[in-house]
Parts: sequence; structure tokens; C-alpha cells
Amino acid sequence: MSIVPAATPPLLQVSDLSLHYQTRQGEARAVDGVSFALQPNEAMVVLGESGCGKSSLARALLRLLPRNVAHYSGAVHFEGRDLMPLGEEDFRATVRWQRMSMVMQAAMNALNPVVRVREQVAEPLRIHSKWSREKALARVGETFGLVGLAPDVLDRYPFELSGGMRQRVVLAMALVTAPPLVILDEPTSALDVLTQAAIMNVLKRIKREQDISFILITHDVATSSEIADRVALMYAGQIVECSPARDFFHAPRHPYAQLLMASVPRLRQPEAPGAIPGTPPSLLALPAGCRFADRCPQRFARCDQPPPTFHVDGSTVRCWRFAPEGAP
Amino acid sequence: MTQSPPRTPLLEAEDLHTWFELRRFGFVRIGHVRAVDGVDFALYPGESAAFVGESGCGKSTLARTLLGLHPPTRGQVRIEGHPLPPRMGRKARLEHCARIGFVQQDPYGALPPFMSIRQILSEPLRIHGTTSRNERFARIDKALTEVNLRPAADFLPKFPHMLSGGQQQRVVIARALLLAPALLIADEPVSMLDASVRVEVLRLLRSVQRERQLSLAFITHDLSTVRHFADRIFVMYAGKIVESAPVDALLDTPHHPYTRALIDAIADVDADNALSERAIPAGEPPSLVHPPTGCRFHPRCPEFMAGICDVQVPTMQPVAHQHAAACHLYDKPKEP
Ligand SMILES: Nc1ncnc2c1ncn2[C@@H]1O[C@H](COP(=O)(O)OP(=O)(O)OP(=O)(O)O)[C@@H](O)[C@H]1O
Ligand SMILES: Nc1ncnc2c1ncn2[C@@H]1O[C@H](COP(=O)(O)OP(=O)(O)OP(=O)(O)O)[C@@H](O)[C@H]1O
Ligand code: SF4
Ligand SMILES: [Mg+2]
Ligand SMILES: [Mg+2]
Repeated sequence: MSIVPAATPPLLQVSDLSLHYQTRQGEARAVDGVSFALQPNEAMVVLGESGCGKSSLARALLRLLPRNVAHYSGAVHFEGRDLMPLGEEDFRATVRWQRMSMVMQAAMNALNPVVRVREQVAEPLRIHSKWSREKALARVGETFGLVGLAPDVLDRYPFELSGGMRQRVVLAMALVTAPPLVILDEPTSALDVLTQAAIMNVLKRIKREQDISFILITHDVATSSEIADRVALMYAGQIVECSPARDFFHAPRHPYAQLLMASVPRLRQPEAPGAIPGTPPSLLALPAGCRFADRCPQRFARCDQPPPTFHVDGSTVRCWRFAPEGAP
Repeated sequence: MTQSPPRTPLLEAEDLHTWFELRRFGFVRIGHVRAVDGVDFALYPGESAAFVGESGCGKSTLARTLLGLHPPTRGQVRIEGHPLPPRMGRKARLEHCARIGFVQQDPYGALPPFMSIRQILSEPLRIHGTTSRNERFARIDKALTEVNLRPAADFLPKFPHMLSGGQQQRVVIARALLLAPALLIADEPVSMLDASVRVEVLRLLRSVQRERQLSLAFITHDLSTVRHFADRIFVMYAGKIVESAPVDALLDTPHHPYTRALIDAIADVDADNALSERAIPAGEPPSLVHPPTGCRFHPRCPEFMAGICDVQVPTMQPVAHQHAAACHLYDKPKEP
């Protein structure tokens, strides 16, 4: 866990962020009142079941929104500035890619197969920062070194590269502008364990050597423990627990976090891994009370009401079990 | 599996090679990418086999070659004993593919963007002659529920881009199962799913495979669940199969040094993981254009024996019951 004095202002402060999509049957509340803060040089991992809103949260932060947005609100303070009032033009010129970049889910399959990788990696500099070609290519060369790609890869086409190499290329693309915050959406889920470990080693090294923060979105709990300072667990559009990594991995608090940690498959376990019974609620028709109540082994009468977020020893937990004694 | 395997394998590859021409400026030939470079294996009816291996070692190319989507450069694919013609016309290929279910690696490219999920899933049923609309809808509903997309009604009118990565992946699996194939080839079918949903989808595949005596060949990176969902594992390295064994034997007593490295790299959850870098074999994945001489793993191998490993190509040697590895550590001594 990073030892950050409490006085350091957060790099990113998100309050009550929501992103709802319009669908034929109603509004899908993919991100629904999310709040958290991220410190400089901190790595926060966002975990959660498929479809719980992890990529949507990333999209909301970077404002890469689809056309059918029904509702987008909240406050995002980044580097001491409120981003929400910024117009799209300003946001593009001063924030996206410049100060906050992203490796999108499955991005390594989205590289243009017929353009040399160095041109593709230079793109954010050429288009967003308006650098000259020479200057941009020199910087691309440096970034390749940073992610551990040999210089001869610069001249190749994506189809000539292995999955692990392509993943490093898209990582280089996100790092090339040297932003203080990089959001990584499932950067290793398509890779074998050795290549996964190599990519995580690269991220660890970059984090150690540079003043950079990561938001790492993943469903892979074991991989997430390679870099996490803190873990935020999402369920049905909300963060239900946000804890220092050590607490989360070894003593999770929220009932869902406990079931999740118990369901993580281990190589040497003899019995078949178990699944968490039940399915998450439809984002179109969320229950009135706790969103996890349907599947929760610890539910009690109070859970018919929506739980607020409680603060417990450096963690936040959205669960009635953690209501302070004597509170209403 | 394997009390006494039936005599004819459902799917066989013999000395299979798939090479891609590498060109500069679109026309100057400068070499070949040897993506699949001498693969032999057999898959019996009702058997489930997992293929594992480094990114870029040729797993997807092997899958696509088995499906007839790439013509093999050399060697042969046989289905129920019948060789696939080396070059198939479009029609022959479509017929061939219709008998084999395929879940392709990247779900984002697998679903037609302008069709709703309902339309996408109706298609295979229509092909199979399910004419009643109600019956089609009932089966689609069941298929979505089985892959844990519930309530199904939420997903039916959506277009693929309105689904999350893992949701798209499950639609692709549901579609493949609706076609009721005898053989399903799945290329990392659950890579985008969290542990809990992954287990449910793998259980579904396993039960369908057992009920219908379906043969399943799936590519996976997830060695921690594979034990429970496959009978046999094939480990690939740089275009070749380097180890093959029943799943427990492979995970408990891996023989090839590459397999050992792969298994050692699996991390169990621990906050201490973040404190140090993970030890992995030094060196880069091998070039498939100029693969290393001798054993292709030799530049990274902790057991490297100079003069042998960099010179002679190892062949598959039996190391235990139904367990073989291609590594000079297991060569029979010349003088007994
Ligand atoms: N454009 C859209 N229109 C309507 N619904 C959408 C749209 N995009 C996403 N959704 C829905 O919003 C929910 C959250 O999607 P999101 O992609 O954020 O999930 P995720 O947590 O990233 O999942 P995964 O782990 O599978 O990638 C999903 O239920 C999805 O179906
Ligand atoms: N059409 C093609 N032309 C040239 N080279 C190709 C082509 N398709 C694949 N390759 C190369 O063949 C090799 C094997 O690729 P393949 O996609 O089969 O690997 P893989 O094992 O599936 O990897 P991953 O785990 O990343 O999916 C790679 O080096 C790749 O760049
Ligand atoms: S609020 Fe109640 S139902 Fe929800 S997680 Fe806590 S105990 Fe379970
Ligand atoms: Mg996602
Ligand atoms: Mg592949």
C-alpha cells in the first residue's frame, strides 16, 4: 500500500458520478452514484462481475460516451480542477490523452493492421499534442523502451506481433504523452500467465520509476493483487467496498467481497471452484433496497432499504452490517 | 475420460503446418511466419481438450486451420477419419464450418453489429429448421439464461455494442451451442468473464459436452480452472505441441520446462505480490520467422544443455501413462 501523507491533495476526486444509458425498455444505470479519490502514484484496482459497469465508469471518466446516454452527472476533480463544466473541445485539448489516458478493453485487437505500429503510437502526440513527426517518433522510441519493446518492433505491422507485444504497444500508446493518470481496462485478460506477469512487471516498474497513477479494471483478482494499493469493488453500478489492498484480499468486509474472494480459483485446490449463486439485478429495474440483497447470505430486515456508504477503518462499505451502533 | 478410447478420433491433425508469407511493401517476400509448425494430435468423441500456450504461439491459427479457414501449408486435418481437402471452395468450407461450432477469440468482432441479440440467436435455429417462432424464442430464452444473461428479455433487443465485453462473449457461446455441433472449437471462450460467471459457463459447456457427447477443443489461459473442465491438455510453444497429458498429470507433474515455468507463474492472491516483480524466464518469446534452432525453448530454458538442446530438435517422448513431452531431458539413453 502506498504511504501517502493525508495532506496530499488527491489527484482525482470523483463524487456521485452517474452514467445511465437509454434503452428500449428504460434506463440502464451502469454507473450510479460512484465516489472515490485517487492519490498521486496510487494504483486502484476496480473489480466486479461482468456487466457491473466497470468499462462504463472508465468511459464516464474519460467522457468517451456512446450516443444513447440518458443521464451523465456528478463531479470529477482532477489535478485541482473541476472537469465537468469543461466543454468537449477543452476536454479534448487539455485532458483526454494529455493528462488522462486509457487502454481500452481488447484494444490490442483494435490496432490498425496495415499501419506500422510507430505511426499508431505517435498518433496521440501528432493529433492531440500537435508535435512534429520527428519529435513524436523520438518520444515513441523512448516509450517503447519503457514498456520493454525492442526498437525493431517500431517498424512492424500489428499482425506481425504476438498478443503480448500488441498489448505492450497499446500500453505504449497510453503512456506516450506521459500522463499522470492511466486507466487500464482488462489489460491482461487475453494473455497467458507468463505474458501477464511480464506486463504486470512493466506496470510495477513504471509506477516505481514515475509519478503515475493507475486505475486498473479487471475481473482477475489474482492479477489485480500484483499492483493494487487499493481495491474498489463494483456491484450493479455502485462501488460496494473500497479498501486498502491488504484488507481487501485478506479480510474483505462486504458480503459480496467475501463471496468473491472465496470463489477465486486456486491452482492447487482439488475441489471444483464454486460460483456465487444467483445473478446480479437488471440495471433496468434495480431493487429498492440493497442491490446485493437477493444473493446475500447475511441479509436482514434493514436490507430492504438502500444502504448508504459507511466508513470503517480506512475502508468504505455499502452494507447495513457496517452501520455504526445506535445509528438510526 | 479414457477407459478405452473409441478407435476413430473425431478430429485429428497430422504433421500440420500453417505458415504465413511475410512480405515487405506488399510484394517482396522476406520469409514465413511459422505459426503452426508440425502439430499432431487426436480428439476422441466426447472428449474435452484444452490448448494452452504463450500469446502468439499459434493457438488461434491452429484453431482456424482445423476449421478450414486457413489452408494448411503441409499436413492434414481429418474429421471422423475423412481428410479435409487442402483447399476448400467457399461452399465446402461453409458446410464444414456448419458442422463444427466455433467461438472465436475476440467477441467484439464476432457479432454482426447491426443485428439485435434476438436476430443473432434466431439465425442458427432457422438454419436448423426450427420454423415455429414461439419455439425459437423459447430456445433463445433458455440459451441466454444458461449463459447467465438474465433476465433474457433485457438483452434480446440490444445490439452488440450495448453489451459489456463479457456479455458479448456469452452471446457468442450461446450462439455456438444453439447450432448443436458435434465438435466445438472455442478460442478463449471465457477470457472476459470473472471467476464466478466463468465457472458457470464452463460448467455449462462441460455438461453439454457430456450430455451430447460433444467433443470440445478449447484454448485457454486459465490454468487454475482447467483441471475441472478438460480431460486432456496440450501445451504449445512456438508453433509446436511440447507436452500432452491428462489434466491432473499435467498440472501436478509437469515435465517440460516451459510447462513448469507456466505453472510457476500462476499467482495466488496476495497483497505481497505488489511488493516485488514476479520471476519469469528471461528472454523474449521466440520469433516464428526465425525460430531458435534445436529446442525452441532453449534460449529461455533453465535446464539448457549446450550441444544438445540448441542442436537437435526434440520429439515427443512418453514420460508417463498417456503423458508425453518434447524435451531432451526425456530422451532415451543411447546405450542401455
Ligand atoms: N451503449 C449501451 N447501451 C445500453 N446499455 C449498455 C451500453 N453499454 C453498456 N451497457 C450495459 O451497461 C452495463 C455495464 O456495461 P460495462 O461495459 O460498463 O460492463 P463491465 O463491468 O465493463 O463488464 P465486462 O467485465 O463484461 O466488460 C452492462 O449491463 C451493459 O449491458
Ligand atoms: N494472417 C497472418 N499473417 C501473418 N502472420 C500472422 C497472421 N495471423 C497470425 N499471424 C502470426 O502468427 C503467430 C501466431 O498467431 P496466433 O494468433 O495463432 O497466436 P495465438 O497463440 O492465438 O496468440 P494469442 O494468445 O495472443 O491469441 C503470431 O506471431 C501472429 O502474429
Ligand atoms: S446490506 Fe444487507 S443484503 Fe446488502 S450486502 Fe449488506 S447484509 Fe447483505
Ligand atoms: Mg468491460
Ligand atoms: Mg489467439
